[in-house]
Amino acid sequence: MPEITMVKALNEALRHSLADDPRSLVLGEDVGKLGGVFRVTDGLQSEFGDERVFDTPLAEAAIAGVSVGLCMAGWHPVAEMQFDGFSYPALDQVISHVAKYRYRSRGRQPMPLVIRIPFAGGYGGAEHHNDSPESYYAHTAGLKVVTPSTPVDAYHLLRASIADPDPVIFFEPKSRYWSKEEGALDGDGQGLPIGKARVLREGRDCTVITYGAMWRSPWRLPTWPPRSERRSRSWTFVPWCRWTWRRWRDPFARPAMRWWSTRPP
Amino acid sequence: MTDTTTLSADPNQPLRLLPLGEQPAGDVSATGLSDDDLRSLYRLMALIRRADLEATALQRQGELAVYPPLIGQEAAQVGSAFALTEQDWIFPSYRELGAAVVRGVDLGEYLHFYRATWHGGTYDANAHRFGHVSVPVGSQVLHAVGYALGSKLDRLPVVTLVYFGDGATSEGDFHEGCNFAAVFGAPVVFFCQNNQWAISVPLAAQTVAPIWKKAEAYGFPGVQVDGNDVLAVYLATKEASDRAREHGAPTLIEAMTYRIGPHSTADDATKYRTEEEVERWRALDPLDRYRSWLSATDRADQGLFEAIDEEAKEFAAKLRRDVVASGPRPVEELFEWVFAGDLPPHLARQRDEALRFASEDGPNA
Repeated sequence: MPEITMVKALNEALRHSLADDPRSLVLGEDVGKLGGVFRVTDGLQSEFGDERVFDTPLAEAAIAGVSVGLCMAGWHPVAEMQFDGFSYPALDQVISHVAKYRYRSRGRQPMPLVIRIPFAGGYGGAEHHNDSPESYYAHTAGLKVVTPSTPVDAYHLLRASIADPDPVIFFEPKSRYWSKEEGALDGDGQGLPIGKARVLREGRDCTVITYGAMWRSPWRLPTWPPRSERRSRSWTFVPWCRWTWRRWRDPFARPAMRWWSTRPP
Repeated sequence: MTDTTTLSADPNQPLRLLPLGEQPAGDVSATGLSDDDLRSLYRLMALIRRADLEATALQRQGELAVYPPLIGQEAAQVGSAFALTEQDWIFPSYRELGAAVVRGVDLGEYLHFYRATWHGGTYDANAHRFGHVSVPVGSQVLHAVGYALGSKLDRLPVVTLVYFGDGATSEGDFHEGCNFAAVFGAPVVFFCQNNQWAISVPLAAQTVAPIWKKAEAYGFPGVQVDGNDVLAVYLATKEASDRAREHGAPTLIEAMTYRIGPHSTADDATKYRTEEEVERWRALDPLDRYRSWLSATDRADQGLFEAIDEEAKEFAAKLRRDVVASGPRPVEELFEWVFAGDLPPHLARQRDEALRFASEDGPNA
């Protein structure tokens, strides 16, 4: 099985979704002929035509707001925000309409929309190209907010997001775009269900809960946490982390947080 | 305070069919409307006038949280909504109770929004092809463009009309929507009800260029129409929707009208405009003008007007009964429809807590 980059994995996920779901669309700035500034949509327009994969005017609010109308007309848009720092003009549409339309319409009008946003730093970008805006979205009811860590995860998570009947904000960790992984890129979006975390490595003393590109950071250290800090106050979470292990899988992390909140530091 | 509003009697603009002052009636046959249709337009405006007054009264009596009166804008809404076919879509802002009536939306369900008992109203938007109340100013413009683009991709002969006001033309969403529609040839009618005031800000402080002229810069036709002339509004909208349906071309219509009432029941319009200005526009009342013309051309008689008035009274009384009878929505509905399918565990827990809190025994039960 060949190694594949996250960019290629995302590209394959879009390609397979466009092929499987005739109502799916890809829209955004430079997603057509160029294939996106990160090439995530490379080749899709030539394969599926410029009605299924199209460039929009340079207007992020319009990309989100027009996607709302496309959903109402029965389409399944996958919209790209070119960079995290440029996604904010669309926030009004996302918060006021994308997140609320299903609720407002008493379930009659779903918003099967995916908004892809390359996010976070660590790859050498300038200001407005390194933002981590995920908490703006994660605190808005009605949105599902996800981010993959590895190429194979990225494939499955994007397919699951496109298949999902709810709006999904899909954050792509830019610094991992060119990371490589072996794995099968097929399936119908059931490979990595939304709302479940994946245990990357099992251990005994400490739980690290993270997402996106950050999963790489702890493994880079020879020992973690550093020996000198193991007994300091800042690491008092270690016991509850150990407790977490037993209830690690479902629901993810919540028992740990609840346990901690009932005990004085 | 000076009157900065205009409804020009210049025959070159705006488009006008009903007589006004010295100006005679235009060629009404251009509308293609039958006498029955012409009477229907009056009936709808009369029902809406009564319903609008009733809704305002209901707010004053504490039955509605807030209400934005549309009095004075009946012709703009009826003429435009009447010009569409059944499969066409309407995206309203928040003052389009009139267009909702044309679309057969139940006003008890519509007014849930203003009773603050349901976001967007409880009516079925898809059944009426009438979007939910949209309050963030101008935001619905983009939804209309998206719907129109979706229809075009489906090769459907569906036109989408979006309502917004003069204030909305300052919003980015308006500009983005117009530009987007032009680039994609989306079959949209952009219908601006220029009622001269965006809460307290007059048109002159909102924009310098006439609104209808902005269309030229986007690359599609713009039309200014006497918004208190239901026939002119109908004709302009009919032509625009035909153009959209046949050629995928958007149109911007600026209907010159006037907000006789306050911005909303929470507004005090005497703070920023004169009673003389309001009176001048009252003299151009769209119902009065149309009724005079129907009478003068023998298309309707006193008996019909009285019958319509009776129907309108009952229409408003039913609205009142429905609003007063509607209680708060069940607490569990706060959690339904946030997501598809089963409620996620964390929301299910919140729902259970909310239900416990809302129960008679309180949160400790």
